[in-house]
Amino acid sequence: MTRKKRKGLPGMVVRTVLALIFAIFFLMPIVLTITNSLMSATEISANYGKIFDSVNGAGSDAYVGEKVNLKFIPDMVSFEQYWNVLLKSPEYLLKFWNSVIYVVPITLFQLMIAALAAYSFTRYSGKVKAVLFFTYIILMLMPYQVTLVPNYMVSKWLHILNTRWSVWLPGIMSPFSVYLLTKFMKRIPQATIEAAKIDGAGDWRIFWNICLPLCKGALFSVGILVFVDYWNMVEQPLVLLADSDLHPLSIFLSKINTGETGLAFAVATIYMIPNLLLFFYGEDYLVEGISSQSGLK
Amino acid sequence: MARVARKKSARTFRQHVSSALFLSPSFIGVMIFFVVPFLVVIYYSMINNPIQKKFVGLDNFTELLENKAFRLAASNTLEFSLIAVPLAVILSLLMACILEKEMPFKSQFRSFFLTPMMVPVASIVLVFQVLFNQQGVVNEFLNVFGHDKIDWFKSDYAMIIVVILFLWKNLGYNMILFMAALSAVPREVLEAARMDGASEFQLFFRMKLKYISPTLFFVTIFSIINSFKVFREVYLLTGDYPYESLYMLQHFMNNAFNSLNYQKLSAAAIVMSICMIIIIGILFLAESRFGKDVEDS
Repeated sequence: MTRKKRKGLPGMVVRTVLALIFAIFFLMPIVLTITNSLMSATEISANYGKIFDSVNGAGSDAYVGEKVNLKFIPDMVSFEQYWNVLLKSPEYLLKFWNSVIYVVPITLFQLMIAALAAYSFTRYSGKVKAVLFFTYIILMLMPYQVTLVPNYMVSKWLHILNTRWSVWLPGIMSPFSVYLLTKFMKRIPQATIEAAKIDGAGDWRIFWNICLPLCKGALFSVGILVFVDYWNMVEQPLVLLADSDLHPLSIFLSKINTGETGLAFAVATIYMIPNLLLFFYGEDYLVEGISSQSGLK
Repeated sequence: MARVARKKSARTFRQHVSSALFLSPSFIGVMIFFVVPFLVVIYYSMINNPIQKKFVGLDNFTELLENKAFRLAASNTLEFSLIAVPLAVILSLLMACILEKEMPFKSQFRSFFLTPMMVPVASIVLVFQVLFNQQGVVNEFLNVFGHDKIDWFKSDYAMIIVVILFLWKNLGYNMILFMAALSAVPREVLEAARMDGASEFQLFFRMKLKYISPTLFFVTIFSIINSFKVFREVYLLTGDYPYESLYMLQHFMNNAFNSLNYQKLSAAAIVMSICMIIIIGILFLAESRFGKDVEDS
């Protein structure tokens, strides 16, 4: 017994060290973003002024450090940048609101429509259904380079190009969550549903009172995946929305001007807060949701 | 008899109607926004322009394949996939193996590894821009070893940054899939092999790898598909006009969208969808070959 333990110890040390290296790699960008958002404007320009100066060639009055320093801990914690975002630069908040206004309806409606479709795929099968389900899987796996072309054409025909609808509608109709929810619903024991049927429950009641409550965790985990994907969207607005006033924050963030670097860190932090909250709350659902995904059939 | 039969057919008819009703919102949406316009895309790819509508056969395709920008984009995307996909598979498997056995702070480490999956890339590109700036920390670090400064974003090294960002974002997802697969390897088989004196090394390469081969395959294909989506990271890092080595297929598509060249867009979408269908087809074939052993156990 002791021998076995001793044998296991070096292995555990190696694994812990490796895990630490990975953890630093994964967490560093996030931590840096957050700590930098707590620096004052002067501190930011002293540290990073060089970068954004050399890009735009504009001289500013602020002291600009010779080198680009990377600082983990601010000299003085200051909420100056957050104040600036809230009070002086409403365009960031407007873009944040844009993101919310795209992502929340897309997530909710996509889940609703997908849950209905998943019920249909689970309860009734046949040749047509099999072909259709296969089509859904292929569509789900297609990259944006392929799906955006049809999306663009329809938006043009419907005269919704360059309006929010051109992002909403394809997002809501996306087949992504249909596939995942179908996988979950297939796991509900047939006996449960048969029992309800014998009691005289119709499809709607079986769906509403049995399937949906049993799939709560699945709906939540798929919802997180959809939310994160659209919160991060870049391709669709770039192609479908020529008017940059309609763009979500994800695109706007990459276009910071000189002197606003500090603001950008604060905005970047604000932008990831909803995601981090979702993660803290739903990590286990998420892991379960992804675990059940290996394999396509 | 006849009455029973009629009753039964009435019931199946009702079931068909009900099933169709459940599916219809999703079905109609997918048809309008994806399938029908895609048929039009096929049509557009074979005419000279949307006004004259003259049938030109495969001319658009030969033109596309001879197009320098398309070739550059395709070869860059391919190069990226060839570097990023093996790394994504191997590193995430390593991470899953690290977390497989007992170790301190195991669940914290899992959370740390998964956080990037949730965080929007737009939020952390700032940190990457700071790290890899010409005056930045990474160059300072290289300087210590007597290496010259590298202009990361404007050289062939730019690909490395994108690969790192891709791994940062995608490793967690793959790791969950591997963790699920590893935990499904039957304990008795492993114990028996251990009794016979097999080393951990042998256990991994001779046994576990065999059991998780379907997942290995799934993760590979999944990573290939994700690698086609890397435009997002590139765009956020470098904007509309990246260094040549980062010119991706989506950049090519965006340019074609801007010039409203429908034939080019359609032909490119079709070429890419054919590539994807081939990749997905391989996945399905492999899954029906390997998948059975796992489902039986």
